[in-house]
Amino acid sequence: MIGQLTSGERQSAVVILLIVAMVGLSMAALGRTDPLGVHGVIVMLFSGGLLYVVLSSFYAPAPTEEREASYYDDPIKIGIVLSMGWAVFGMLMGVWVASQLAWPDLAFDAAWSSFGRLRPTHTTGVIFGFGGNALIATSFHVVQRTSRARLAGQLSPWFVLFGFNLFCILAVTGYFMGITQSKEYAEPEWYADLWLVVVWVTYFILYIRTIARRKEPHIYVANWYFMAFILVVAILHIVNNLTLPVSWGHAKSYTVWPGVQDAMVQWWYGHNAVAFFLTAGFLGMLYYYLPVRAQRPIFSYRLSILSFWGITFFYMWAGSHHLHYTALPHWVQTLGMTFSVMLLVPSWASAGNALLTLNGAWHKVRDDATLRFMMVAAVFYGLSTFEGSFMAIRPVNSLSHYTDWTVGHVHAGALGWVALITFGSFYTLVPALWKREAMYSARLIEVHFWLALAGTLIYVFAMWNSGIIQGLMWRTYTEEGTLAYSFVDSLVAMYPYYIARAFGGLLFLIGAVVCCYNIWMTVRAKPVTSSRSGDVPVVSVASVAGE
Amino acid sequence: MDFDYDTLVAFSKSWGLLYLFAFFLAVVVYAFWPSNKNRFDRAKKSILDQDDKPWK
Repeated sequence: MIGQLTSGERQSAVVILLIVAMVGLSMAALGRTDPLGVHGVIVMLFSGGLLYVVLSSFYAPAPTEEREASYYDDPIKIGIVLSMGWAVFGMLMGVWVASQLAWPDLAFDAAWSSFGRLRPTHTTGVIFGFGGNALIATSFHVVQRTSRARLAGQLSPWFVLFGFNLFCILAVTGYFMGITQSKEYAEPEWYADLWLVVVWVTYFILYIRTIARRKEPHIYVANWYFMAFILVVAILHIVNNLTLPVSWGHAKSYTVWPGVQDAMVQWWYGHNAVAFFLTAGFLGMLYYYLPVRAQRPIFSYRLSILSFWGITFFYMWAGSHHLHYTALPHWVQTLGMTFSVMLLVPSWASAGNALLTLNGAWHKVRDDATLRFMMVAAVFYGLSTFEGSFMAIRPVNSLSHYTDWTVGHVHAGALGWVALITFGSFYTLVPALWKREAMYSARLIEVHFWLALAGTLIYVFAMWNSGIIQGLMWRTYTEEGTLAYSFVDSLVAMYPYYIARAFGGLLFLIGAVVCCYNIWMTVRAKPVTSSRSGDVPVVSVASVAGE
Repeated sequence: MDFDYDTLVAFSKSWGLLYLFAFFLAVVVYAFWPSNKNRFDRAKKSILDQDDKPWK
């Protein structure tokens, strides 16, 4: 880790960590017994731990001049490890909260372990911890390989990676203490949000500068998706988190957006978090790792460009479909609904492009579970975008909203699409990064694949059933015009589905643990001694001074 | 003239439509511009190269 940094960069790392530790100290001093004070201590511990790592090899040999002639893979490796760590944590919390719905006693009567506090630890753990680290790691890999250039910074990739993880830690520990902005997927409070802005702007600058150094004239489409992800998430995050803290010494803040505007801003953020965090970046993975694994170029590059601009421009308007039948003006609801339906076109263009790339190589999909992960991910992407467009239509939404159908839809996307494409990408990336011939066990990839697929299907079918039953029970009237069922009646009807859902989630979690073991054993395996035939540097084309 | 709800609706139904449609046309023209074909073909094939070092 430290071996790749010059002594000047090591000094800068120490200075940055000391500054962060000072910020932590002032948070602790201002916050005192407030949760802000606890977070100050966590910030100090975090930067102290990293300071120890830097100082313990501060006088290690400096990197050679050759550094610029190789890709910068260390941050990607650590990113994959962090991502899998968060995956296990986030999915474990998911199984726990799912079990609490079936067996409420599993909250053990404590405040920190109540459903309302654990649920965001699950969503933040899987979306930001697992998904975010996976996006950072794969984006660093893809941008270097497709630009044929090393990352444009030595320290900044580490700053982005560890800074983002500090944000995740502040978020999750905050939930246990009861800190929340009460905005879905934007729960962390003002100081964590400000920190994320610093981290994210660094990420954006690093990415742009790396692309500016590219030796390949054309910017490959995967980078467009990653750029859209980084840029739009920055905009969304800043606008939705404009808040005023109660005081410098308190964790609590209040949003500047009043009333229904707040709802609109929140769901403009919330739906675009789905669009740009959970879709654009992962499409970037799809457009790079699927062709590479299948060793076939993407079916239509033109189609990938058309669907890119379709997705980026349509998604921006779709958020208001979360607010059907609310105080939001009717025309704004209709606008969101219309754009959601139109979104089906670019979404299916991407899913179809991926599947048509594999057309003619189905034997590879049959034999290679890694490729099958990505193929099934594309299928689930197509399915859940169709379902999403459908559910955004107002009368359909009147049945689905507030029911488990929404939860099922989200998990068809999150498990079936986001997680499966990530696992497929990791299984492609890990042997290449650690210079191994293949993953430790192809059979364990196969086991993981079937666990993940079975878990997703059980989960999604359970939630479709329970959601539609719930929705129908809530709107069934008697002949006298009163509601036929009480809320508790619908709750009792959910019981078997909640058990099935927890079981499906458990299978998915076990699959992720198998993946961790497989990655760990691959990393421990012996490196390939002789380099592969094609694994040689390309002869210099046009040399640039100072590069 | 007051700046109200109707103003916004009129604006989005005219200029908004025009802007989105112009953008759509620009993207289609870019994607199908004949001289871009080689560039795209090269881009989609070049990621399959097994090279593991940055170019000089």
